[in-house]
Amino acid sequence: MNDPAIVLEARDISRAFPGVQALSGVELTLRAGEVHALMGQNGAGKSTLIKILTGVYAPDAGSIALLGNAVTPRSPIHAQELGISAVHQESHLLPNLSVAENICAGKYPRHPWTRGGGIDWRETERRAAELLASLGINLDVGQLAGGLPAALQQLATVARAVSTDARVLILDEPTSSLDAEEVQALFALIRRLRDKGVAILFVTHFLDQVYEICDRMTILRNGRFVGEYACAKLDTHGLVAAMVGRELAATTRSAATEPADGNAATPPILTARNISRRGQLKPMDIELKRGEVLGLAGLLGSGRTELARLLFALDKRDSGDISIDGQPAKLDHPADALRLGLGFCPEDRKHSGIIADLSVRENIALALQARMGLTKFLTLSEQRQIAEKLVAALGVKTASIETPIGQLSGGNQQKAIIARWLATHPRVLILDEPTRGIDIAAKQELMNEILELARGGTAVLFISAEIDEVVRVSDRIMVLRDRTKAGELPRGADENAVYSFIASHKT
Amino acid sequence: MKRFTQHMLFWPAITLALLLVASSLFNPSFLALTWRDGHLYGSVIDILNRAAPLMVVSLGMTLVIAVRGLDISVGAVVAISAAVVALMIGGSFSATGEVQSAHPLWVALTTAMAVAAACGLWNGLLVVKAGMQPIVATLILMVAGRGIAQLLTGGQIITVYYSPFFTLGNGFLLGLPVALWIAGSLWAALHLVMSRTALGLFVRSIGGNPEAARVAGVRSAAITLCVYTFCGLAAGVAGLIVSSNVKSADANNAGQLLELDAILAVTLGGTALTGGRFTLAGTVIGALIIQTLTSMIYSLGVPPEVNLVVKAALVFAVMLLQSAEFRQLVAGAARR
Amino acid sequence: MNRKLLPLTVTIVLFVAMAAFGAIRYEGFLSLQVFLNLLIDNAFLCIVAVGMTFVILSGGIDLSVGAVIALTTMISATLLDAGWNPFAAMALVLVLGAAFGALQGFLIQRFNLAPFLVTLAGMFLARGCCYLISTESIPIDDTTYAAIAQARIPVGGGSSLTIGGLIALAVVAIAMRIAHSSEFGRTVYAIGGGESSARLMGLAVDSTKIGVYLLSGACAALGGIVMTFYMLSGYSLHAVGLELDAIAAVVIGGTLLAGGVGYVAGTLFGVLILGIIQTLIAFDGSLSSWWTRIVVGALLLLFCLLQRLFEGRTPKPA
Repeated sequence: MNDPAIVLEARDISRAFPGVQALSGVELTLRAGEVHALMGQNGAGKSTLIKILTGVYAPDAGSIALLGNAVTPRSPIHAQELGISAVHQESHLLPNLSVAENICAGKYPRHPWTRGGGIDWRETERRAAELLASLGINLDVGQLAGGLPAALQQLATVARAVSTDARVLILDEPTSSLDAEEVQALFALIRRLRDKGVAILFVTHFLDQVYEICDRMTILRNGRFVGEYACAKLDTHGLVAAMVGRELAATTRSAATEPADGNAATPPILTARNISRRGQLKPMDIELKRGEVLGLAGLLGSGRTELARLLFALDKRDSGDISIDGQPAKLDHPADALRLGLGFCPEDRKHSGIIADLSVRENIALALQARMGLTKFLTLSEQRQIAEKLVAALGVKTASIETPIGQLSGGNQQKAIIARWLATHPRVLILDEPTRGIDIAAKQELMNEILELARGGTAVLFISAEIDEVVRVSDRIMVLRDRTKAGELPRGADENAVYSFIASHKT
Repeated sequence: MKRFTQHMLFWPAITLALLLVASSLFNPSFLALTWRDGHLYGSVIDILNRAAPLMVVSLGMTLVIAVRGLDISVGAVVAISAAVVALMIGGSFSATGEVQSAHPLWVALTTAMAVAAACGLWNGLLVVKAGMQPIVATLILMVAGRGIAQLLTGGQIITVYYSPFFTLGNGFLLGLPVALWIAGSLWAALHLVMSRTALGLFVRSIGGNPEAARVAGVRSAAITLCVYTFCGLAAGVAGLIVSSNVKSADANNAGQLLELDAILAVTLGGTALTGGRFTLAGTVIGALIIQTLTSMIYSLGVPPEVNLVVKAALVFAVMLLQSAEFRQLVAGAARR
Repeated sequence: MNRKLLPLTVTIVLFVAMAAFGAIRYEGFLSLQVFLNLLIDNAFLCIVAVGMTFVILSGGIDLSVGAVIALTTMISATLLDAGWNPFAAMALVLVLGAAFGALQGFLIQRFNLAPFLVTLAGMFLARGCCYLISTESIPIDDTTYAAIAQARIPVGGGSSLTIGGLIALAVVAIAMRIAHSSEFGRTVYAIGGGESSARLMGLAVDSTKIGVYLLSGACAALGGIVMTFYMLSGYSLHAVGLELDAIAAVVIGGTLLAGGVGYVAGTLFGVLILGIIQTLIAFDGSLSSWWTRIVVGALLLLFCLLQRLFEGRTPKPA
């Protein structure tokens, strides 16, 4: 049998938390020199499994064997000592220390006692440089880590993770903040590590990346082990079916629900001319029409979020004017945008969306109240009415509208934020990555909501990194690249057309 | 019953009640109220009167803490306000007892309050526009403010002889101390604003998540500036009460350690230092707890030096109770 | 590397500028003894500020140091009065100071309490204990202490340094070594850079957090010992407000209040700058001493604004 040596074998892993069985009977097999994907929706148990492998949690049942020996990691440090290293989404380097110091922190080489016993800095730099060179990473180890672009920091973090002679490397959503080039650089590093015999566990929700870099995949669903497959043997359709448990009907704008084509003649509700912001967006124009979904596509860093933030006056624009309904608009503060009928659902709901300690009701009523001002006060019963209606309409799963919103799941929080903006009856609604980090079923619901909105007359600006989503719901697609407009496509364009715009546009 | 005990004000109220009970155990006439010289008289009235400046400052501090800020300069602002009002009234002693004020009283009072509000605005600008950490921004005024107050008074203690000024700190209205009326009306006014306008919701939003509040269209910068300005103003009012009470302006000692007492009052009352939810009633109770404690210690004949140690113990107790890790530890131990 | 040294450079330039200003304006300013006096008069502040530097580098703050100094003087005076051996007394107060700091550090680390509040309460507690011991000043007439207080170490050219000043310099030197070359020191910087990241890296975050407060407490106690040499008395009102001066010295010395960036050497210059302000004002003779407070406040403002600009160009720690 041509089976590469098995490095890690987890069998029959189960783990429960109060009220929920996170994992039951899960198995995982990692082989040396192989990149293995861990797939599953949000809540399938991926992060719990990783936390068990890295010693954050102990399993209720089951066993882990590393190179044939039974092990029980007690903490991330211990797991690292055993040879299981992890790079999490939130692994950052220490920005105030040099790259060399970041790599060697905790294991500094020292001068002998005769020379004082202090840290040997020259040796530290030498070791770090050696490690990076062996991994094909080109960096000056003396510079401060904070000065590096995020992608290089990511590479250095991975380097640190493997510097402890790791046999197993776990990468948890490592590409979320990388653009296409940077992803390739990371993949090059992963291939190098793979060729050195490291067993790599790769967690991502980008399906195309799975097929690009991974050899095998393990699929979890609702805490249970669905199966282990070779990537070559299972296509996207089968993968999604296994993750979700059923075939999904794709959302498309069917011919029956198309709005009248007279839409093309109506004047735009929002016109932005020549807007720019130094370092973030080059001067460009954009128009939004009533009842239309304008999809904004482009890679990370192409300027989509920056454009949205300028339209909503979250950032100050360096040039250009915005007109609403043909009238020039003063847009200096989000409160101005709100008053003019704009709404904005930010990308990072935890940081810029929800106010965790406030109730669902208060979160939903907030923007409306902000628009009404300080003195015109929404009474408690008015707030309750509004909140209850929207919670029902959007299907937000919550025990009550008084529950602190921080207790809701990610998808329901997102729905509540959308509810917040719906309460203001916006004429223009900007949605920045509204489906990020949400499981497939909830995604479908949200997409349908977006279509409903447009049917009701709202102009929707829909930003998503998933080109297939953009293509499915948009009436028009604007493609951005390198912080400027690359082109526009009509409804029904396929993904390849979008990609070619992104690829062929010369700056 | 559970809802009752879980109410935000439960623990502060119980603490205050216990202190009052303890005080009356030690001093049987503690709760006695008599009518003397045209006003109510008794230990309780004394406590209310002395707590008034602290209440006023703490109310201002509550809102600042609610927006995730802090103002440790309030003591210095008290000193500045006292210095300004004393200077504007003038401290001339007249043998005939007929003393004039250098400026009309209301001018002096409003100038002092305006200066204090300006100090608050200064702090707010440093925090909002310059983006400084609140403790750093207000540290600057705390350090420099006393110097400014001393500059104004020329290093001397300015005595005020103008008797109409004394009513603020010593006078009585309808039987209750004027100072208490001032504190009470400030509380009432704030309560009205919180319940009739959206300010409470906005403050809690800004404190809960400043960025999210801004995205939702809340004018966070303007509101935060107002909150700091109000805190300065409150400190100014407290300065007026304090200097009226002692009939002088002492730049060195006025408001000494007041910021610490105010923060303690706010946290004792149940508002968390992390911002967000806040309670004005809790702050008032917190200020009363501190003052009752001080009075109790004094009346027990215990040396006043013990006061600080007791305050320290209180702060530790409140902090630990507010800490999730500590509650987990205790809950875990109780289960065994 | 260069960017990190910018705040320190600014501080040193400022110090030199102030010294030059004084030299030009006042007769006799530019003498070695005047500069040595900066160190002598502020030796205890220097020691305390060094301890404070580590705390601030780790992202915390210690408001109890002034009160611990006072408590140290009170306990020392009481012990000496009771006939204790002076060196035994010194050893005991050092241990007590370290223990006090460690206790604060433990509360902060174990229960995730705000350092500002814990050390504030610590300040109340220490000051309160001072008052409990005595509200009056207790004079120290132990011969060893008196001898140490009067000792002068000649530095050349007729100038001399006190033992206190020498201790301060030694503390600075040792602290520099710890900050640069020890695991503990580097972990302090790491915590200031991002506590959660440091933890994920497996650094000994918990014990180091307690350690910085222990160090600060020990420095406060040592500062208190030096103050007893200087004042030859124990008094509860010693060092009121000293924690603010220490913080000012650290900030003016170039350490970011957010943590992670700064040098111990900078703190030494920060202390010297505070000293030079007072000396300049004293030399002037016409300005009242409270101008010191205003100037220190203004300097603090200037440095904080500079730090904001500096931070604006460096990515914030996690």
